[in-house]
Amino acid sequence: MKLIKLSLQNLFYKPLSLVLSLTLFALGVGLIALMMTLNKQITQKFENNLAGIDLIIGAKGSPLQLVLNGLYHLDAPTGNIPLREVQAFMNPKHPLIKKAVPLSLGDTYSGFRIVGTTADFPELYKAELASGNWWKLPMEVTLGSSVAAVSKLKPGDTFISSHGLTSDDFNKHDHAPFKVIGILKETGTVCDQLVLTSAESIWEVHEHQAQPKNKDTTHTAKEKTENGLAEHSHTEKGDHDESDHDHDAEVDSSALAAREITTLLIQFKARNVMTLNMQRNINQNTQLQAATPAIEINRLFSLMGIGFDAIRALAWVIAFVSGLSIFISLYNSLKERKAELALMRVMGASPVSLFSLIILEGLAIAFFGYILGVLACHLVMFFSSDYLFQLYKYRFDAWDFIREEGFLLAGALSIGLAAAVIPAIQAYRTEIAKTLA
Amino acid sequence: MLSSTNISFQYPNAGFQFPDVSVADKGHCLVLGKSGTGKTTFLHLLAGLLTPKTGEISIDGQVLRRLSASQLDQYRGKKIGIVFQKSYFIQAVSVIENLAWSQYLAGYPIDRDRIITLLKRLGVDHHAHHRPSGLSIGEQQRVSIARALINKPSVILADEPTSALDDENAEEVIHLLEEQASLENAALIIVTHDARIKSHFDQQILLGA
Repeated sequence: MKLIKLSLQNLFYKPLSLVLSLTLFALGVGLIALMMTLNKQITQKFENNLAGIDLIIGAKGSPLQLVLNGLYHLDAPTGNIPLREVQAFMNPKHPLIKKAVPLSLGDTYSGFRIVGTTADFPELYKAELASGNWWKLPMEVTLGSSVAAVSKLKPGDTFISSHGLTSDDFNKHDHAPFKVIGILKETGTVCDQLVLTSAESIWEVHEHQAQPKNKDTTHTAKEKTENGLAEHSHTEKGDHDESDHDHDAEVDSSALAAREITTLLIQFKARNVMTLNMQRNINQNTQLQAATPAIEINRLFSLMGIGFDAIRALAWVIAFVSGLSIFISLYNSLKERKAELALMRVMGASPVSLFSLIILEGLAIAFFGYILGVLACHLVMFFSSDYLFQLYKYRFDAWDFIREEGFLLAGALSIGLAAAVIPAIQAYRTEIAKTLA
Repeated sequence: MLSSTNISFQYPNAGFQFPDVSVADKGHCLVLGKSGTGKTTFLHLLAGLLTPKTGEISIDGQVLRRLSASQLDQYRGKKIGIVFQKSYFIQAVSVIENLAWSQYLAGYPIDRDRIITLLKRLGVDHHAHHRPSGLSIGEQQRVSIARALINKPSVILADEPTSALDDENAEEVIHLLEEQASLENAALIIVTHDARIKSHFDQQILLGA
């Protein structure tokens, strides 16, 4: 105990060299811990959000983009696809498909995506209602928990969406307000960040975009018949009554067939050769694209991994340099303290005590450097959580300590030990008579 | 009580043969000699810091040669107080902690009353909580003497304790060493080339004669 205290007193006796060693060590440890924590949490979030989806079907383009957009709501859509081309997959009697969930995207509310879909979608994420109801009629929405928390919208409130993922004022669809009807419980998945509504709501908003804006009036939207679109009408008043939408609930089949969705999420009954063939067939013989989320996400991780690896390598270099700085500062202080160590021997200390003293000093720097580094890592996570939220649309848990950080402690102490061994051996070999002559 | 018989020591390129010494409890002995006559070597041999090539040293009837390395470390801490030419301290801790370490390393319980009493007797108790580096050379030497005395040793060995001091301080340090060694019933052996302190001692040994 007394040796531990003395080792600390010795360290504090040289505050500048202590600060240098600690800072370097904390920097190395902090960077490594940050990389590990971020990597872990990102991987975890991405995997949670796979939600058992085996295949995503959408417009041709980058399969990674299709997955990022369709499953994680991060990237822009690859484009839309005609509903009639995927209707076969949505047939409940399809031999291979257990569940097919259509998504219509395009609009946002203050940065949160509005997703036109079916009741199957929240089921994928096991989302439950916290209050209110599921959306039923067009322009009714159920909010994900984060959306509700950030926007402070309550059931009964209305809002106006904007086009695209940005929330600037120019792109607002101010002719079609949405009405909040329910709020979901937190699921820890991307579902928390979404505004859920029926596909009809999205179509309704966008069909009007082609029309001249005419607020506060009832008008008829004529859709171009040459495009196979049916005529339909609805009102757009600020105070939406449910009765206004009644006719929208009964969309006739030809109209439905002409409509577009963005992606179709598919769960297979079982993955086998036939499902693989189906994916290949879609990619080769249709205007559609089918991508496997797990494969694309692995590809993304291996791409990101290069960056992570580079930073991690840098962090290990810093850790090595900080180990070197511990070594040098112990070695130098040992030269100055030779007489002091010889004196301790004269007073009755054994060579082993002196060896332990120096080892303890190395371990102490490593230990406190580790504490500072891990603390710094989690503080950085804490203070950058808003930025990370913007970047990934996920809340990171700043105070989630992972098992790897325990291994990191072992690594840190090993560096401290290794740096202290040579000075400690020198202390062990202190020749009293020569030193104090 | 310290006695040595027939000690010799061999350096790679020089050898020394030392005269026999015997100093009783409360006895004082001055070891004189010019530079290069092996004064410090003699003191280190007596303190068990070096092992003689031939001969025997015994303190309170214990022959040092018969002790193992770790036993010798402990025995030295308990039975021998050493005052060096220069004052050495554990720099990072206060004066009082330095003395406490001396007790602790010798295997004794820490006795703060004893430390303060000793510092008072040597007139440096006001520095008890200062770091040694803040003290003057004379004050540091007094603390060194206090540390040599702290464990009530049988023998106090002093290596040129006055060489760095002016006449007045040298006189005082010698006086203190004699007085305190007597108070603690310890034998005192001073190795020096300092002619100023010759007159104090009846028992004198001349090296290199």
